[in-house]
Parts: sequence; C-alpha cells; structure tokens
Amino acid sequence: MIALENLSVRVGSFSLENISLEIPTGEHAFLMGKTGSGKTTLLEAICGLKQITSGRVFLMGQEVTRLKPALRGIGFVPQDGALFSTMTVREQLAFALAIRKWNRADMQSRVKELAAWLGLEPLLNRKPNGLSGGEIQRVALGRALAFRPDVLCLDEPLSALDEDTRIEMGNLLQTVREHTAVTILHISHNLSEARRHSDRIFRLKDGKIRMEHVRETRVAEV
Amino acid sequence: MHPPLNSLPARQAALRRSDWPFLAGLGIIGILYLGLILALLVADASFTSPAHLWAALRSPEIRFAIKLSFLSSSLTMILALGAAVPIGYLMSRRDFFGKSLLDAVLDIPIVLPPMVIGLSLLILFQTRMGRAIESVVPVTYEVPSVILAQFMVACAFAVRTMRATFDQISPRREQVALTLGCRRSQAFWLVVLPEAKRGILTAATLAWARSLGEFGPVLVFSGATRMRTEVLPTSIFLELSVGNLEAAVAVSLLMVGTALMVLGLIHLFGFDPSLKQIR
Repeated sequence: MIALENLSVRVGSFSLENISLEIPTGEHAFLMGKTGSGKTTLLEAICGLKQITSGRVFLMGQEVTRLKPALRGIGFVPQDGALFSTMTVREQLAFALAIRKWNRADMQSRVKELAAWLGLEPLLNRKPNGLSGGEIQRVALGRALAFRPDVLCLDEPLSALDEDTRIEMGNLLQTVREHTAVTILHISHNLSEARRHSDRIFRLKDGKIRMEHVRETRVAEV
Repeated sequence: MHPPLNSLPARQAALRRSDWPFLAGLGIIGILYLGLILALLVADASFTSPAHLWAALRSPEIRFAIKLSFLSSSLTMILALGAAVPIGYLMSRRDFFGKSLLDAVLDIPIVLPPMVIGLSLLILFQTRMGRAIESVVPVTYEVPSVILAQFMVACAFAVRTMRATFDQISPRREQVALTLGCRRSQAFWLVVLPEAKRGILTAATLAWARSLGEFGPVLVFSGATRMRTEVLPTSIFLELSVGNLEAAVAVSLLMVGTALMVLGLIHLFGFDPSLKQIR
C-alpha cells in the first residue's frame, strides 16, 4: 500500500502542494501527466530522494516520511535504468542482497531465480555497456525486485523501448504482479498501456492530482 | 541557359568552395603550432649526445634531484588525491551557501603566479602558526617545503579533474543505490568511486606531472640547495646559472621523456574529452 497525505514538495521554484493518494496493496497504479508536471519529483519524494516540505508518506501502513531511502524498502527503476557501469549483471542483481549481508548460497539462488524469471541468464557475466534498451530495463527491474520489496516505483521504464520490447516488458510486469504482492506506482505517458495494465490511473496537472480511472473488477472486489 | 543561382547544384558548388579556405586556414595554423612543438623537442635532442646525458645521470647531485623529484611528486600525488576526491565530490553533488565563492577560491592556486605561491608559503611559515609548525617539523628550505609547494598547485588541478569526473557520473545511480539499502558512504564507495576510476587515474597523473615540473614555488619556498631541496627543475636552473648548458639540456630531455610517458598514460586511461578543458 502506498498512501500520501497532503504531501508538499518544493524543488527550486517548482512545487507540488497537498498531494493525497492511496494505492491499495498489490495494485498497479499509473501516474500520468505532461512533461514537467512533477511526476518524477513525486516518485522521488515517495522514495525519500526529495525533501518533503509538509505532509506524510505511508508504505504498507507505516509512516516513512522521515525515513532514509535505504529503510523504505522500495524497488526503484529509473527511466534510463541507471545500471552500475562497473558491475556485471550478476553483481547488479545481487547488489541489494550483498548490502543486506545475505549469505552466498541464498544470494546465488535468488540471482538464479531472478535471471530465469527475467530471461537474463545469458547476460549474467556481461557489464551494462552494449546491453539493449530492453535488457537494461530487465536488469534494472531485477535489481529492484531482488530484495523482495513491498513497493515498486517505476519511472517511465518502457518509454525508450521499441514496440515489441514494450509489449514484452508490459507482460513481464504483469508476471511480476502475479508472482508477488508488490504494489506498483508506474509513471507513463502511454494511455493505452495504462488502460491495459493499471488498476487505477492518477493524473498530475498544475500541481494537483486527480484519480481518473479505477479498474472495475478491483472496485467490485472492494 | 544558366541554371538559377539557387538551384541545388549551384548551391552545392558554392558550399564546397566556401569550406576549403576555412579548413585550410585551420590546418595551416595547426601545422605551424605542431611544427613548433616538434622543433623544440628535436632541438633539445640534437643539442645533446648520449654521452652528455649519461654524464648528467651519473652526477650525484642530479641523481639526488631525480630521486627527490620522483619521491616528492609521488607523495604529492597521493596527498592531492586525498584532498581532491572528497572536495571534487562535495562540489559536484552538494549545493550550499557560498558555493560559487568557494569554487573561485579553489582556482586561486591555478591563476596565481607561481612565484607568488612560493612567497605566500614563505610568509605563512613566518607567522606564529607557521613557526609553531616549524618547531615540530622543519618545513621551510627542507624537503617538506618541496612537497607543500608542489601540493598547492597540483591539488588545484586534481580538484578540477575530480569535479569534472563526478559531474559526469549521473547522481541517479547513487540514488538507486540508496533505495537498494546503501548509506551515503556505501553508495560512494561501492558505486561512485569505481565509476570514477578513470578520472582518479587522470587526476593522479596530472597531479604527478604538475608536481614534477613545479619550479617557482619550490625555488622561493625551498631554495635551491644541492643535495637537499634540489628537484629536476632546480637542477636545470642551477646548471644554466653556471653555464653548463649540456647538463641542463640532458636533465630537460629526461623531463621531456617523463612528460611523454605521462601523456601516453593519460591517453591509456581514456582521458575524458570533457576534461581536456583543464590545463
């Protein structure tokens, strides 16, 4: 579950005021809006990467407003993947686990599991240089999912991909939802993609947020 | 009938004609400057003989100068990196009050005349604080003064290089590392520093090369005492002052060889083009 309560963020002269939203556990929500509307700023505020001026952030029912990013347990996939250029795919997948001091056997089995799931087995010993856009996004997704986060924040992960890879990644995200109870907040510009995959769509405009669409089956469940 | 002036073939011909004088001008200026650089090296090489070079290398004073130059430059390089990596990172990543002023202050050693740096160091060590330091570790006219004089300039260049290096590394990767469970220090050591490896090697090489060639501050702050504070540029100065041109050229050639090696190393490290603006 992700919940924002009257959240305000200021970055230079740009500000978001009194943003409130709620995404129930296990749902896939899309955040849409024009370039410069503050989507990434909001995502970064949720991840703890942007200073919040007022309001509160709740993840899985716990307030995390003042917690460091490391303690929030969010898997973050930025737009360009932001892979660590000196590490192999294997090292990227194991990164969060090594930081958490997992033992070697557990780490290996988790990396193997992720690699099989995301189709990264042939790439495990490769460094990011030379990987395709789709491969980079799959590694970034695997790296973010490795420590089994409760929340996944995706910043336009599909925007730079060709149509086929886009569909493939969309299906992969669908699989992620089926395999885990992760709550996803997903920034995208693509309305049809949002309609296809989302449980709810939020639109950010002029510093205000509006919920536009809730999947009917979900509403029925509620 | 002539084709109209703005027809495609006419425009193409006009464009081709107009580019040549410009490109030729660039080429001629480039060749003249390159020729001057090569002429300097050839003149040095033809002025001396292997016998002169060998004689210079056998002189105990020059051997001492080689040893002191290489040791002090290496130590300065380590000290400069120790200061430049944290300062460059701070300047690249954090915004704070007075940052642009601090940025200008960091460039002072680069823009100050070298003699003035030496004189300023000399005066600093005549103050109460300086004398207190001297009572524990003798600095002025001793080996530590050579290292300090070299450090003042080399560190400024290393800071510039490291800042440009960190500016090129996207902060996104650090942010991802933070969300993956890293403390800031872990993100720095595990993600940023390995990505900055080439920049660090370039900064180290630049700092070492600057230190090796430093003369003005060393002359003023350390003096030119043979077998004590004599570094290779001091040797050239001392040999010239007694009219021993052959020895001066031999030492110069030694420094030219070292400089070329450093240049090769910098290119080997994949010296980033955007760092080329740094002198």
